[in-house]
Amino acid sequence: MDEKSGTLKEKKVVFVTVGTTCFDALVRAVDTPEVKNERIHKYSNSNGSWIIHSHQDLLEFLEIMCKFAGGFGKLLFACRYFPFQQSMDSSHNQTVENGPAVLEYFTFSSSIADYLKEASLVISHAGSGSIFETLRLGKPLIVVVNEDLMDNNQSELAEELAERKHLFCARPQTSYETIADMDTGSLITYQLGDAEPVAKLISRYLEFPDDKLTYVK
Amino acid sequence: MEKGDFCISTMASSNIAVLLTIGVITVFVIRIIYVIYRSSKPLHSKSPRFLSTLIVLGSGGHTAEMLNLLYVLQTEKFKPRYYVAAATDNMSLQKAHVFEDSLLGKEALEEVGGAEFMQIYRSREVGQSYITSVGTTLIAIAHALWLMIKIRPQVILCNGPGTCIPLCVIAFFFKVLGIRWSSIFYVESIARVRKLSLSGLLLYKLRMADQLFVQWPQLKEKYPRAHYVGRLM
Repeated sequence: MDEKSGTLKEKKVVFVTVGTTCFDALVRAVDTPEVKNERIHKYSNSNGSWIIHSHQDLLEFLEIMCKFAGGFGKLLFACRYFPFQQSMDSSHNQTVENGPAVLEYFTFSSSIADYLKEASLVISHAGSGSIFETLRLGKPLIVVVNEDLMDNNQSELAEELAERKHLFCARPQTSYETIADMDTGSLITYQLGDAEPVAKLISRYLEFPDDKLTYVK
Repeated sequence: MEKGDFCISTMASSNIAVLLTIGVITVFVIRIIYVIYRSSKPLHSKSPRFLSTLIVLGSGGHTAEMLNLLYVLQTEKFKPRYYVAAATDNMSLQKAHVFEDSLLGKEALEEVGGAEFMQIYRSREVGQSYITSVGTTLIAIAHALWLMIKIRPQVILCNGPGTCIPLCVIAFFFKVLGIRWSSIFYVESIARVRKLSLSGLLLYKLRMADQLFVQWPQLKEKYPRAHYVGRLM
C-alpha cells in the first residue's frame, strides 16, 4: 500500500460504516436548518465529544481522522440515516465536491464488500460483521465504539482485537487522540479463524465417524 | 356425625392430592436431573445415518459465524436442515439459501435431504429494555412452541442472540417429557470476550446446552464447563 500512496493519493478512499443500528455517537448531528446553515465550525464541543453540524464539519472531522494516510480523495459513508441528506440532492447515491475531498453516501446496501475493497482506511462501528469483513481484506481499521447500545458488549471485541494490534479502537470522546497517535505500520495482520475444531467436537459428541471430514477437505 | 365424616373424607382427599403433587414434582425433578446428567455425556445412539437439525440464525455477525461452522460441518449427517431466523431479519435466510445452493454442487442430488427456511418472532431486539422483553419473550415462546412441535429436531445449532432461547427451552422440555431427545450446541459469539451473552449465560447456568463453545480463552477460565474452540472468524 505504501508504494501506491504516492500515485494514487487522489483516489484514496475512506469508508465509514455505522451499521444497521442507529449510531449517532459517531455522527451526532443536529439536523435542523438553523444549525445547518449556521455552519458551527468546530467538531468538538466543551466535553470533547464530536459534534457535527454540517457535511463540511463531517469532512473536516474525517480529514483529521485520515491525516495519517496523507489525505484522502473520496469518503464513502454507509448509514441507515444520513444526517445531511436534505442538504444534498434527493437521489440515492450522492457525490458532493468539497475542495480536495469527495463525499459519497448510501443508505442501504446488501453487501459492503465492494466498498471495503476500494478503501484505504475503514472507520467502522464495533459490529463483528464489519470488523471481520475489514480484517479479512487486510485494511487498516478504526473502530469507534458505540456507547449508546444497552449492554455494551461490542467494545469487548474491539478492545481485545486492539490489544492484539489488529485494529485501532476509539471512543467518540477520545477518537481525536486515538487517530492522532496511531501508526498503521504497528498493525498486525489478522489470521483468520477456523471452525473445524467446533465441527469436530460436535461430530464426536454425536458419535459420527471422523473420517469423512478429512477427505471432504 | 355426618359433618365429621365429610371433614375426614375431604382431609383424606386433600392429603392424597398433596402426596400426588409431591410425587409428580419429585418424578419431574428426577427426570430433569437425569436429562441434565445425560446431556453432558456423548450421545450413545445406534449411530443413526443422519439427524434432523435446527439451525438458529442470529443476525449479521451471528449468521456469518454460523455459516462458517456449517461450511466445515459434515452436512450430509445433519439433515433435513431447518433454518430459523428472526422475522425482522431478511438477510440471514438469504445467506442460508446461498449456502444450501452451494451444497447442491457438492452432494449428489438425492443426498441432499432438503432444507426448510422459517421465520420466528424475536424475544428481544437490540436496545430493547429487559422489562418489555418479558412480554415479547412470551409471544416468541408461543410461536417457537408451534415451530418446535412441527420440526422436533434431533440437533439444535445456535449461537445467539435471544431468538434461540425459547427454542432451546422448549427442546429441553421435550427431552424432559420424552417427546424428543435432542442435542443442543451453543457457540458463543466471537464478540463475547470477557463474559457470556445473556443467551449463553442462561443456557450455561440452566445447563440446557449439551455443549457450549467459546471462542476466547478468557471465557473458558471464567466458565469452566464451556469448551474453548478458538476463533471461528
